[in-house]
Amino acid sequence: MPLTRTAPPLPGASDEYLWTLNFGPQHPATHTTLRLVLKLDGERVVEAIPDIGYLHSGFEKLGEHLDYNQYVTITDRMNYISPMANNVAWHNAVEKLCGIEITPRCKYLRIIVAELARISDHLLCTGAMGLDVGAFTFFLYAFYQRERLYDIFESLCGARFTNSYTRVGGVAQDVTPVTLEKIRAFLKDFPQTLNDMERLLNRNRIFTDRTKGVGVLSKEEAINTSSTGPIARASGVPRDLRKDEPYLAYADFDFNVVCMKTGDCYARYLVRMEEMKESLKIVQQAIENLPSGPVRVGEEERAALPDKGKVYQTIEGLITHFELVMANRGVEVPNEEAYAAIEAPNGELGFYLVGDGSDVAYRARCRPPSFIHFAIFPRLIVGHTLSDIVAVLGSLNIIAAELDR
Amino acid sequence: MPAAPETVNAIKGRFAEAVESEFRGQTRVIAPRESLFDMLQFLRGTRGFDLLVDITCVDYLNYRDAIERFGLVYLLANVETSERITIRCFLDEPDLTVPSVTSLWAGADWMEREVWDMFGIHFEGHPDLRRILLPDEYTAFPLRKDYPLQGRGERHNFPVLRRDQS
Repeated sequence: MPLTRTAPPLPGASDEYLWTLNFGPQHPATHTTLRLVLKLDGERVVEAIPDIGYLHSGFEKLGEHLDYNQYVTITDRMNYISPMANNVAWHNAVEKLCGIEITPRCKYLRIIVAELARISDHLLCTGAMGLDVGAFTFFLYAFYQRERLYDIFESLCGARFTNSYTRVGGVAQDVTPVTLEKIRAFLKDFPQTLNDMERLLNRNRIFTDRTKGVGVLSKEEAINTSSTGPIARASGVPRDLRKDEPYLAYADFDFNVVCMKTGDCYARYLVRMEEMKESLKIVQQAIENLPSGPVRVGEEERAALPDKGKVYQTIEGLITHFELVMANRGVEVPNEEAYAAIEAPNGELGFYLVGDGSDVAYRARCRPPSFIHFAIFPRLIVGHTLSDIVAVLGSLNIIAAELDR
Repeated sequence: MPAAPETVNAIKGRFAEAVESEFRGQTRVIAPRESLFDMLQFLRGTRGFDLLVDITCVDYLNYRDAIERFGLVYLLANVETSERITIRCFLDEPDLTVPSVTSLWAGADWMEREVWDMFGIHFEGHPDLRRILLPDEYTAFPLRKDYPLQGRGERHNFPVLRRDQS
């Protein structure tokens, strides 16, 4: 496969003493399948050429053939580290296109799962980054807590990994007292683990030496390269969609946007650690103030599948359910286009939807944060050593399933 | 967040042929291909839209009431004020060429490569316009509406490289 750049070579790089190294697609530090072709001067990286697409599965094409409720299973498989956040992003966009206003309880439930997903994503990202630079204990601490989050998701919706929790106009099931109790227990214990994790790494000489000053992204570069989320915030861009364009019910909550100025791997790590604390605050407030009422919009709106009790026991529920699953009697979709984004753990995750009146999207474009962040990688790694690649990759949190879709 | 009225007025004052519409709090402006680059440059330089959120494309082959086949979509945002604006530009075969905006936003690089890969829109002036997700040998543009969901047998006829040939 030709991997030649048509762009002019870097100045001062004579090809004679440079050697080319193939990194990936199977490599323990890439965690999934992505490939880099590196030009090395000794141990120093002169040029990095990413080659992606190994996991391309046509998710956007599938979006043109699956209906708005079915496609949520595909979004699970995009960023599989935090599938709940993808579910929320997808149905947020669908509801914006169709003009459905969901119930307050549903908004709060979606916030709870999205914030728990953020914690689980940040735990994996920081944990795997620690693992790659040699901190194995840190990784195990993070993974034990992720396991508890999986338990919460399992008792909430029956699935541990691919949750598919949201539906058009609501969520699959209401939360039960058992799940709430599990979330409360998690909120109580997790700060202690977070404290332990910080004490393991924040002042660890090996970790700081390998991450401070590595992969620096300046504020101007961060904006210019379209980066969002923790990566932009670590470079000093105070942009957080939860504050700037409050979707769902984020306007009700009291939390801070975490920002750093240095923009190196260490800053990205710290931003993620601090964001977990902010997420805990949000989940705490959401559980204390969880509104009562239904989790789906009513039958008269003909948007959400009614719950099974109503389907089996009332004629309205049965008719609504039957009509919504029929091919041409489903949700009313305008002949229009809309873009809606949420602040996913990795950055701005948005869907650009084109509706054509049927219950299948005409075009379902996903704006994947991993794809946009991986484009920055070559400019972050140039000038650093080969061993810094794993630190930079880890701090960007590249999920290949979302990168290639 | 919709675009501020001043932004819309500034665009209309500068580009008389721009068509503005709004849907669910989202401001969209349709730019003719001739003034697409100028409009994006104007928004970047004068109106402070420094974040290119996404570039994507829609194939309107079977779409009701569609005249042109392809619609390019540029989603822009202003980091300071959180304003957002959507610029759309319609293209028709056979001339599927638009100017690249990599000189305005560095982030446009991979986005334009993906649109080229999936739809075959040619971005003039792009420094490195290669396929990004699909292999270089691929000949079709799979997100076009005339491309079938299950492909045209590319998976089965994929050339196998043996060890002694590599």
